[in-house]
Amino acid sequence: MINTANFLSQLFNGLVLGALLALISSGLTIIYGTLGVLNLAHGALFMLGGYAGWLAFEYSHSFILAVAAGALFVMIVGVIMEQVIIKHFYARPDEDQLLVTFGLSIVFAELVRYFFGSLSKKVPPPEIFGGITNMGFMVYPTYRLALLGIIAVALLVLYWVLYRTRIGMIVRAGIEDSVAVDSLGINVYKVFTLVFGIGAMAAGFSGIVYSPVVAMSPDSGDSILVQTFVVVVIGGVGSFPGAILGGLIAGEIISLTSMVNPAYSMIMLFVAMTLVLVFRPRGLMGSIGRT
Amino acid sequence: MSKFESTNGVSRRSALQISAAGGMMATGLGGVQWAMAQDKPKLGATWPEGSQGDTVYLGAAVPLTGTYAVQGADELKGMELAIEHINTNHELMKALAPKVNSGVNGKKVKLLSADSAAKPNQALQVSQTFIAQNKIIAMIGSTSSSVAVAMNKFAQREKVLYMAGISGSNDTTGKDCVRYGFRQGFYGEMAANAIGPILVKQFGKNRKAAFMTPDYTYGHTTTESVNNYLTKEGGWKMVTNQVSPLGTQDFSQYLTNIANSGAEFLINVNWGRDAVLSSQQAKQFGLIPKMTLVLPYQIPFIAKEAGVDITHGIYAATDFWWTLEDKYPLAKLFVESFHKKYGYRPEWGAENGYVSFAHWARMVTEAGSFYPPDVIKQWEKGETIPSLLGDVHYRPEDHQCVRPVIIVRGKEKKDMKNDEDFWEVIEMVDGAKVIQKPDAFGCKLGDYT
Repeated sequence: MINTANFLSQLFNGLVLGALLALISSGLTIIYGTLGVLNLAHGALFMLGGYAGWLAFEYSHSFILAVAAGALFVMIVGVIMEQVIIKHFYARPDEDQLLVTFGLSIVFAELVRYFFGSLSKKVPPPEIFGGITNMGFMVYPTYRLALLGIIAVALLVLYWVLYRTRIGMIVRAGIEDSVAVDSLGINVYKVFTLVFGIGAMAAGFSGIVYSPVVAMSPDSGDSILVQTFVVVVIGGVGSFPGAILGGLIAGEIISLTSMVNPAYSMIMLFVAMTLVLVFRPRGLMGSIGRT
Repeated sequence: MSKFESTNGVSRRSALQISAAGGMMATGLGGVQWAMAQDKPKLGATWPEGSQGDTVYLGAAVPLTGTYAVQGADELKGMELAIEHINTNHELMKALAPKVNSGVNGKKVKLLSADSAAKPNQALQVSQTFIAQNKIIAMIGSTSSSVAVAMNKFAQREKVLYMAGISGSNDTTGKDCVRYGFRQGFYGEMAANAIGPILVKQFGKNRKAAFMTPDYTYGHTTTESVNNYLTKEGGWKMVTNQVSPLGTQDFSQYLTNIANSGAEFLINVNWGRDAVLSSQQAKQFGLIPKMTLVLPYQIPFIAKEAGVDITHGIYAATDFWWTLEDKYPLAKLFVESFHKKYGYRPEWGAENGYVSFAHWARMVTEAGSFYPPDVIKQWEKGETIPSLLGDVHYRPEDHQCVRPVIIVRGKEKKDMKNDEDFWEVIEMVDGAKVIQKPDAFGCKLGDYT
């Protein structure tokens, strides 16, 4: 099945898949890079974004409102999470953070299951992005094409916030040395809350923009979380450009392997992660010396 | 559970022996009881402890989370209804198991259940706990054949009866069959032989099909069976087989391969949410309706979840569809009492859970004993017994129920008489005609004790 048309199709498909992974991973990596918290609830936040958006869509029938609701709701959840629980865990060992965030992911999934059942929920794509587009070498769902643009814009906005604004400067300084930033009179803890909110929002936004592609169910966060972690490890933990690079690499590995044998696509992803860990433990774009 | 603590157990057993010894002089019945104590020594994990209280416990491990969560919840509801009907002498249960009398063999029946997440190790862990803590005398449940196969082996080792729930692998009553395991539902080979002729008749010979297969025993055996039938009988060609892990969410890379394969048919063997998502995405990619979608092993709730714009016109093989109530009075009783209790019409998982328990209750009460070999031998008489869809029987050679396979076709929205009228039953295929010979998949049942 390796012919030019299929190769080009899979190459392109890998790009779209990778863009999505990049967007979800960016939230995870910002939170880790700034706060040192490995947030295992990140997948659940992705799922919550999908559900919040679906609920908003049910009432408003507006895709734009659904996206806004999904992103904002999860941002609020993130801020509350940080204020009520996570902030007490900054000084605790890593395993405590892992356990508490893992616990939260189960709580979120079960709450959603309790209120909405296990049947999956989907938001239809906006009408202008419905149907399929003939790209010459393949036909492709129009919404997935649009998704590529939507994600590119979202990542640019995130980049702009992180690298071109004062808030972003503080965040990046906080990543390097939070004590120094604190001593400059900047309330580093407020920034931390905001960072957690932004990271969560990236997950929530991903969830709602993805739900026309993959209907959301209470467990939707589980499998995406694993892939997200692989992306972050490949790209470099804590690195925003790393998340994008890692996402694109992961997307291409999954897609291109499936041309040869689809059953191996996830295995190859893990092989790639292992190779990166062996030869470049900090990831392709991870910063040196972070402890 | 305090009623199973050893002091109670011992006193109960002593009391039984004393009364049996005393009664033996006077009545023949006493002699029988005495003989039971002599001939049926301790066996496996829960005999005789599990049958000594006022209540017998059954354990269900069903997926309530993960890819098969929706189907597992439905299955569990069917089981719960069966237990309620056993304990209250409901007329449907009396029709299926006439000797049920406010319970079985003088004891109330209680169901314990927990989430298996469709993972074999979790199902075993849950069942092990039920055995240790509650001395369950029978186990039920699976919506994944990898669970059913693992549970089969566990049941044989622990000498506790096991009834597979939904399990589509040929191996469950084939090469992985056991003396202590039974299956009420149909499976891949039966599905292939039932739906195959309809596909060939409807669409002609020498067609090209793409398969989508979940990567475990159910997927591989079902794909093999369906492909074998279509190849041999219709000259069809499998142009690609896209194998994906359980719990896949984004099927785009598989669908991209299929789009480039030249297939005319998309035979989707995926199940549960995997099937819903892959079918939805196949439509997004424009593969449906360009290719004809076939679900050889139908997925409960797929029409509700994926929408009739995907399911209309497609063919699927199933165990049960509720509109069969028009033809079978017992099916009507079942659908009515289920609908009344749970607010929706039961799908195939619920029917499977209900009937499996009803058949267990029948065997236990007909045998008049909880001693596992007695119950198994009752089952192995292979008697013709009622189900919701007419008479069926279990084959003694492999413990597979010979039962009809229902072929359905998805309705269009305009033809639906109510919001659950998703499928039209187009044929009821006689199970005996589509089942393979008992030894075709290498079944060797193993020991009674």
